[in-house]
Amino acid sequence: MKRYEPILGLLLAAALVAAAIAAPWLRFVLTIALAKGIAVLGILLLLRAGQVSFGHALYIGFGAYTVAFLAPRFNDGVLVLLAAAAGAGLLGLVVGLFVTRYRQIFFGMLNLAMCMVFYSLLEKLYHFTKGSDGIRVEIMPIAGQALDRVTYEWTVFGIALGLAFVLGFLLRMYLASPMGEALAGIKTRETRLEFMGVPARGILLSAYVISAIVGGLGGALIAMTSRHVTPLLSYWTASGELVFIAILGGAGGVLGPFLGAAAYELVRVYAAASFADAWQMILGTVLLLVILFAPGGLWGMAARVLGGRGR
Amino acid sequence: MAEWFQDNGLLLGLALLDGLSSAGLIFLVAVGLNLVFGVLRIVNVAHGSLYAIGAYSAASIGLFLTSLGLPAWASIPTLILSAALVGAILGPLIERFILRRIYAGEEVVQLLVTFALFMILEDVQKLVWGVQPIHHDAAMRWLGTIDVPFGTDFIPFTNYQLFVLPGFAVITLAGLAWFLRSTLTGRVIVAVTTDREAATAMGIDAAKIFLLTFTFGAMLAALGGALSSPTAALVPGVGAQIIVLSFAVVATAGLGQIEGAALTSLMMGMGRSIAVYFEPELEVVVPYIIMVLVLLVRPQGLFGVIETRRV
Amino acid sequence: MTATLTRRETLAAGFGSVLLPATLSAQPVAKPAEFKIGVTTFLSGPASVFGVPSRRACEMLAEQINAAGGIAGVPIRPIFVDEGPGTDHLVGEIRRLVQSEGVHAIFQSISSGSCLACTPLSRELNKVMLLWDCGTQRIFEEARYDYAFRTQGYATPEVLAPLLYLLRKKPDIRTVAVLNQDYAWGRDSWEIWQAAIGALKPGTRVVAEMFPRFGSTDFSTEITRLLALRPDVVFSSSWGGELVTFIRQATERRLHERTTFVLPVAEASLQILGRNMPEGHVIGARGDHWNNHPSPANPALFNGFVNAYRQKFNEFPIYPCHHMAQAVWALKAALEKAVAAKNGAWPSDAELAAAFRGLTFPTPTSTITLREDGQGLEDQIVGLSSFDPRFPFAVPKEMMRYSAAQVSAPAGQKSTDWLKTLTPAMIQSAGTAL
Repeated sequence: MKRYEPILGLLLAAALVAAAIAAPWLRFVLTIALAKGIAVLGILLLLRAGQVSFGHALYIGFGAYTVAFLAPRFNDGVLVLLAAAAGAGLLGLVVGLFVTRYRQIFFGMLNLAMCMVFYSLLEKLYHFTKGSDGIRVEIMPIAGQALDRVTYEWTVFGIALGLAFVLGFLLRMYLASPMGEALAGIKTRETRLEFMGVPARGILLSAYVISAIVGGLGGALIAMTSRHVTPLLSYWTASGELVFIAILGGAGGVLGPFLGAAAYELVRVYAAASFADAWQMILGTVLLLVILFAPGGLWGMAARVLGGRGR
Repeated sequence: MAEWFQDNGLLLGLALLDGLSSAGLIFLVAVGLNLVFGVLRIVNVAHGSLYAIGAYSAASIGLFLTSLGLPAWASIPTLILSAALVGAILGPLIERFILRRIYAGEEVVQLLVTFALFMILEDVQKLVWGVQPIHHDAAMRWLGTIDVPFGTDFIPFTNYQLFVLPGFAVITLAGLAWFLRSTLTGRVIVAVTTDREAATAMGIDAAKIFLLTFTFGAMLAALGGALSSPTAALVPGVGAQIIVLSFAVVATAGLGQIEGAALTSLMMGMGRSIAVYFEPELEVVVPYIIMVLVLLVRPQGLFGVIETRRV
Repeated sequence: MTATLTRRETLAAGFGSVLLPATLSAQPVAKPAEFKIGVTTFLSGPASVFGVPSRRACEMLAEQINAAGGIAGVPIRPIFVDEGPGTDHLVGEIRRLVQSEGVHAIFQSISSGSCLACTPLSRELNKVMLLWDCGTQRIFEEARYDYAFRTQGYATPEVLAPLLYLLRKKPDIRTVAVLNQDYAWGRDSWEIWQAAIGALKPGTRVVAEMFPRFGSTDFSTEITRLLALRPDVVFSSSWGGELVTFIRQATERRLHERTTFVLPVAEASLQILGRNMPEGHVIGARGDHWNNHPSPANPALFNGFVNAYRQKFNEFPIYPCHHMAQAVWALKAALEKAVAAKNGAWPSDAELAAAFRGLTFPTPTSTITLREDGQGLEDQIVGLSSFDPRFPFAVPKEMMRYSAAQVSAPAGQKSTDWLKTLTPAMIQSAGTAL
């Protein structure tokens, strides 16, 4: 299965591009899906260590607001992306130093608390953040090129796709490295790692910082696409959504998050358009069915079709 | 400092009275969540939905009975009966048909199943009760107000918020403490909370205890909702707000700790109302600040017990 | 691999965007089979007490218009989108309405937050946007739009008129407290109030500023604080379910006996409150369309609208219904004007937009003119809450009308700057008793 991954990745990318060409409206939806998929890569990393963060919308929100605040000053898409990644990484380091002392439910709840503090501050500091109204993001030049709207949207789509490839590839290498293997050790028996002289907290912290960086990147891409940021990006249900996508896609390979995110966004958009009052119910039912009857997620289903093992 | 108290001492007193009623509500919800977590080891996100459904059911049953000519005094027993009804119907349904399938699963899967349930129940509320706010304050109006002296002035408080809500919280706390310590079933529940493997090895029917505890927890959530219904308008989304606060209470209190939940609820309820008087912008952040501060000092929570690390 | 692919895509798309509009504008615009209107309004959450009646009014008017042959021979079809799930969701939905549903115009938003976020989209999408209910003054004071128009009044007259009325009826007030929703409307209307009261009655003291989060369902703590502070006036621009909850909780604890409420948006909540609304407080309707209006300009139209609505939905229309109707009537007037200007040919989006500028259209109570900057001028009527045997809910008495031109900031001037130039003499000179 592993060796099919790059080919499947290319196929998925081709399908996304074809869909985006076919319908301009889908281009918007799929860029958001790619951005969320990038953020979910971080969730995947933490899941490898058996830790569930119910607060990674914090980094999505942070990345998105970084774009909103810095875009008028930097006036370049590439620069704000870098700033969002760096800022989210720093924030991840500070928060991570605190939360990686905890495991399981405490880890999850502390992340949730951090996320809610950030959400509340975004909502309350009205004179600075414009509160629940949020901030509008104007179209910005990218790599020094001033772009019209359609070209801009295609460029952001392209950046998201490119980043998805690069980050997916890097993450695959990371998971296969000793650092990555040690993460799985935290999940099974952390004390054994320590007997071997591996600093479990350091391993988890580095994974946490990486997850924060990809979260920030995902958030920045969301802000550049929807071009309006609100505190809701950081509400706790948005964090749940990220974990949802991770499990829906399947925690096995790095393609899982993107499969999951594309499926999630498409179901959400079409369900919201046709059943305005029941889209959450449809998503919840899909999730329940996947967990109960296809525990490997979409990636696991794909793996079974191809005759390999999910992981 | 002394001068500040001279100027603001009276206001502080009012803030504490205000905090009582919200602390009572938070406690009722959080203690149910904590009990369920202690026994089933599942963080039940759908606990918030049970709160909301309890509130909606109590309000609509109350409105229906009032239209049939129910005397005002009967509205308080109606609240309690509706909550018991909601818990007794939904609790066993959820435990038997959904949770039972995932006891052996990973933590993230358990969390997500309840999250999926939460999403489904959110929309069920909209479909059943609509999206318009529902008011049913017969119980509060019937009990009237009491004038609390305030310097040379007086402040009318509703008896319902000053006595009924905190009263129910105290009765629940005392009743639970007695039940867990002095009855056989209670002791069995404590045994399962402390060490599930040892308890089942000694012949305790875990399945029965799980069902019992979950139903009881669901009743407590519904009771919290039902008791809140006379004081506030019911709108979609009330469940999402209370559950995230209850998470904070549970993590701060220590897992499975009843008295801890009471003390934490009191701290958070009062912290919030003090904020409204002196720094209204901070109101929403206060619970999370309390949580982070407590966990910095006591990583296992206020009353939590450090779990032995297994090799 | 991906880089080359994207570059090629980018190029192709770039060409498309350059070529397409040119070819489109060269062709005459075909008359559509139906005129689709994307309507954003609250269908869920506490604000749906506004949104649902406005949707009903819109559907009722669309039925009436289509039964009479549509506008310029074309039937209209509203497509509703919920504002409830939040601003970022709504921004996506507006794009979907234009790019996927192909709507011809957009009626947008109750929430000022939604309007601030979505109005700039009118530039990118080049579609006519009628701001049918939101109130923030920042829309047309901070930017200029070719495609956006507001078919009703806005925050400045809607806050200034009740304030002038209050100062005339109760000239001796000294202390004020505010309890507003924490979002654009709550913050912006408070800014206007502060600027205006500073100029009209200098020396008034603010004793509490409270902005509970949008969608709050419990105000007990805030009410205790107000009871303790005993301000002369409590200003609240809150609306919908939140205002209902606040008034119910406040009257239960007799706050209304200690202070005077000034509630510029009260009208829409009075029916739900029924007899629970206390008497003698300043109430506004964000316009002049009170159900007990003593002398509407066109009584037949006024009664026709009110009675049709009552017959169909078994309740009186509230002001969001009137605001929705104003948007429909403005669209009708502008579309007919644009078609006439082209001798019966169908107008392009740009030609339709041009027809709105400077348009004057009749309403049942008066007329509304869309100013040069896109802002509509709507008269304001304010009064004291009271009970009238004709209505099972509170209506205003001792009404005063403030003409729009008198209480609006002139085009091109910021409200907060203009308000500072007011003088206390205005309290007696502005407004006419009805």
